[in-house]
Amino acid sequence: MVENRPWLTAFSHGVLILGVLAVAFPLYVTFIASTLTLEQIMQVPMQLTPGDQFVENYSQVLTAGSTKGSKAAASSMLFNSLVMALVIPLGKMAISVISAFAIVYFRFPLRMFFFWMIFVTLMLPVEVRIIPTFKVIADLGLLNTYAGLTVPLIASATATFLFRQFFMTIPDELAEAARVDGASPMRFFWDVLLPLSKTTMAALFVIQFIYGWNQYLWPLLITTDESMYTTVIGIKRMIVGSDSANEWNLIMATAILAMLPPALVVMLMQKWFVKGLVETEK
Amino acid sequence: MEKRVVFRSAWLPYALVAPQIAITIVFFFWPAVQAVWYSFQLQDAFGLKSQFVGLQNFANLFRDGNYVDSFKVTALFSVLVAFFGIAISLMLATMADRVLRGAMAYKTLLIWPYAVAPAIAGVLWAFLFAPSIGIVTYVLKGWGVDWNWILKGDQAMVLIVVASVWKQISYNFLFFLAGLQSVPRSLIEAAAIDGASPLRRFWTIVFPLLSPTTFFLLVVNIVYAFFDTFGVIDATTQGGPGQSTQILVYKVYHDGVKAADLGSSSAQSVILMFIVIALTVVQFRFVERKVQY
Repeated sequence: MVENRPWLTAFSHGVLILGVLAVAFPLYVTFIASTLTLEQIMQVPMQLTPGDQFVENYSQVLTAGSTKGSKAAASSMLFNSLVMALVIPLGKMAISVISAFAIVYFRFPLRMFFFWMIFVTLMLPVEVRIIPTFKVIADLGLLNTYAGLTVPLIASATATFLFRQFFMTIPDELAEAARVDGASPMRFFWDVLLPLSKTTMAALFVIQFIYGWNQYLWPLLITTDESMYTTVIGIKRMIVGSDSANEWNLIMATAILAMLPPALVVMLMQKWFVKGLVETEK
Repeated sequence: MEKRVVFRSAWLPYALVAPQIAITIVFFFWPAVQAVWYSFQLQDAFGLKSQFVGLQNFANLFRDGNYVDSFKVTALFSVLVAFFGIAISLMLATMADRVLRGAMAYKTLLIWPYAVAPAIAGVLWAFLFAPSIGIVTYVLKGWGVDWNWILKGDQAMVLIVVASVWKQISYNFLFFLAGLQSVPRSLIEAAAIDGASPLRRFWTIVFPLLSPTTFFLLVVNIVYAFFDTFGVIDATTQGGPGQSTQILVYKVYHDGVKAADLGSSSAQSVILMFIVIALTVVQFRFVERKVQY
């Protein structure tokens, strides 16, 4: 702060509090709705204090699911989401870190060609190749499988670039010393490069965890079996019609369960999250 | 930039890039090539036969009023999302940069919507705005507004813009906050000593210095509105009522998956690909040059 202007400071706090409230309001209403009976929600206006159905609603969605639309239990959907949120970041890091290692630390024919091939994938998001990618998955027999849900999403230019950028900042002397000592390339990779990449990996993991957990279009296309639904898809499938036809109390309880893990990751790993967000966009 | 020290091996580098290249070819290049191929084909109603029709699918698209409307809807939607998303988060970031007490708490409370999936953001706001039971609807009714986004196109647009902006604010906020913290204090102090008011300092010093961040966020927000908001729309309006919220991506999905019109959907995919390529090029040119006043 440059100068003391009490009114302006008060105004700043006012704007920020308003912003926080606007951001939190939908979440608050969602939570309240998840503790009410359906009849209570249907009363206009809905009450804005917690009800007493917390245990009933949550245990119903976790064990049995809703009675309309999708009948998948939230526990199995949460597990599927978790598989996506873990396999995608780990797979992505694994294939990206080795390809970045090859591109930075080796000279070989077609090196730049491979680099550009990876780069171009930035320009082909799932959304623009929906039908043909679906056909590829169908032809490979990967519909309704974990492999189909995760493998196509683990190739990514951003992760490769991030590792490449980081490797560029590592002093040449380290590789030189390793060579003088007679270490093989893979030895250098395991014992020097990987330990140094820990912070980059942590940051990338947080971002990609959220990316994997929140996938929508992809699981929507390739899961038709309720046992393979992810949480986000399950919520969408629980909405069967207009306002009064839906079991909003159960939908909202599932929504809270779906938001909790990524929100916790963002809040608890805030430092890594901010670092990952800023660096992957460079 | 190149490394001075390199390792030598005839096969190792190929083995190392192989997994990523294999996945890229199978799931990126091959489908993209097929999309281009299908876009030149016309299939019969049963999908049994197809014939090469050149640019026919593209010509049909641009003669089709629905497709042109979808372009307009997308343009309006992305402008609204980018404008409100950037304006609101710039305001919040400027305030958060000013206050000393509680800055960290505000930041933590403002960033978590980033973790919410677009489809869930859509569901939450659709519930608040639900025509018969929504709380916001109830308040609006008290003000004399007849709210029903299921029937009224412009209200459906408001709903998806609100849900999309709400989800994106945290992202923009973090980038603006980082940008603001790198504005040199000495410049602000010099202006303050010369008697410039806080508002004047913001528009003449801070805002121009933030122009690279703003431009970057503009591109990112447009990309977000074009593609990532698919979940918001599918979970709420599904392009309706009529076609009033059918953005380009949703139309590709609708025509390809629900209407099973392969040729037209692929032609739309190809057009979208060109849009993504253009946006990516703009973004990278900017990263290299760092627009600065």
